[in-house]
Amino acid sequence: MSGPVADEPILSVRNLYGRIAGQQVVEDVSFDVPATGVTALLGRNGVGKTSTIKSILGLIDRTGEIRLAGERIDRAPTHRIVQRGVAYVPEDREVFGSLTVAENLRLAERDRSPRRELVASLFPDLEARREQRAGTLSGGQQQMVSLARALVNENRLLLVDEPTKGLAPRIVDEVADALAEAARTAPILLVEQNLLVVRRLAERVVVLSSGRVVFTGSAAELLDDHDRVQRFLGVHDEREAA
Amino acid sequence: MDTLILLVITGLGLGALYFLVASGLSLIYGLMGVLNFAHGAFLTIAAFLGWEAGRRISDGTWTGLVISALVGILVGATVAVLTEVLIIRRLYERHIEQALVTVGISLAAVALFEGIWGTDPIYTDRPAWLTQTTEILGARIPNDRFVLIACAALVLGGIVLFLRKTRYGLIIRAGVENRHMVTALGIDVRRSFTLVFAIGGAAAGLGGVLASVYYGYVSAHLGSVLLIFAFIVTVIGGLGSLTGAAIASVLVAVLQQFANFYLGGTGDLVVVVLLAAVLLIRPRGLMGKAA
Repeated sequence: MSGPVADEPILSVRNLYGRIAGQQVVEDVSFDVPATGVTALLGRNGVGKTSTIKSILGLIDRTGEIRLAGERIDRAPTHRIVQRGVAYVPEDREVFGSLTVAENLRLAERDRSPRRELVASLFPDLEARREQRAGTLSGGQQQMVSLARALVNENRLLLVDEPTKGLAPRIVDEVADALAEAARTAPILLVEQNLLVVRRLAERVVVLSSGRVVFTGSAAELLDDHDRVQRFLGVHDEREAA
Repeated sequence: MDTLILLVITGLGLGALYFLVASGLSLIYGLMGVLNFAHGAFLTIAAFLGWEAGRRISDGTWTGLVISALVGILVGATVAVLTEVLIIRRLYERHIEQALVTVGISLAAVALFEGIWGTDPIYTDRPAWLTQTTEILGARIPNDRFVLIACAALVLGGIVLFLRKTRYGLIIRAGVENRHMVTALGIDVRRSFTLVFAIGGAAAGLGGVLASVYYGYVSAHLGSVLLIFAFIVTVIGGLGSLTGAAIASVLVAVLQQFANFYLGGTGDLVVVVLLAAVLLIRPRGLMGKAA
């Protein structure tokens, strides 16, 4: 697996259009994800953030140019994109509820040497629950399983969709800790509504409105500008969005 | 008492046949969302070719029956895989087209089988023991029922072991729950589709040979008749649930036997009433996942 050259984005999206059941949900979206750190994909509810992530992965019909470390991936099926090192943590966890925690993790292992020790150190609670069915876990624990499935392999890019949605504040901190640790191993494209988490983790932001990109820049630049936060995200400050 | 025992064990034998067909239907629907109306054709071609192979090598003997079963399994699996690879694979997510093409295959297959083997049932020779009975608590049970029950139990055990102990089994169990997420973990779930068709076809193939033992004949309509009840069993058990299919197979077949005996041959009617009741009261079936 060859890494990107210096300054080359790990992910480059150009003129991306996405459709669900014939309806346009992503419209002419272009942005880059740098090869290090966390890039947050922001926007009001329903602007197409999740659809953009799904378009990149080929989980919905899409057209446009998508490059992973310079290589076109927009014609590849989802499983091939993931095999090239793009891990996905979906909105609403989507753990396999009838499988145990151990089975969920085993299913996700695609490397010859899966990073079981890293996962065990990041999520010690899961170790104690290996034989428990994932469907019986709390929302926070299911989020840990979902993150662990992504982190058990070596990745070139993590696509993480609303990982703190619906979680208690203490669990939000744990998830943010795990993401901060994960960001040391691979760049992350993060969809997140909680602006406190965005400020803590993200260096860059891409803001969508009505399926289009309306702002790209540093996270601090956006979050320090209350007018823009209000205009683009519909909230007055970070605590309101937390 | 002896009548009750006879009805229960005969029902279990018939339920075993239903399960052999329904297990494949249920797995295929659970993983791929395909209602495979061609499944009966897999059973019929396996029954015919199994019978042809068995009678040529050693007609009416255990050797002949074992060869019939092996050929039936092989033929069922092969025809199912060819159907999946050549036809169904192009139609995933297109449910109406899938239904139309599999109904078309089933109709064309019956016409083809009638053209080759004729429209009348062909009576088969079986090992002598299978035509005899064994007395249990006063009831004289046809011996073939024991073979059917044992084979279905072995198939159920084998499929459960496969699903629980192998990586492909793990992929299939996860795929039944959420196949898009399986793909999003980097797994080519289409390979599992072919495998599930092969397993379902093999079980149906064995079912075809055993159906010829149960009924004492092979015919072009063998699969069509069993497919109707297998679909009923699959819906009652819960689409996609192997355990549900096993429980519903026994429930439907035993109820059918009792209704036929005590309610003047109304077994089929009672089963359809049971299906309607399940659809009204619990549409997801006994063990199907909630919509």
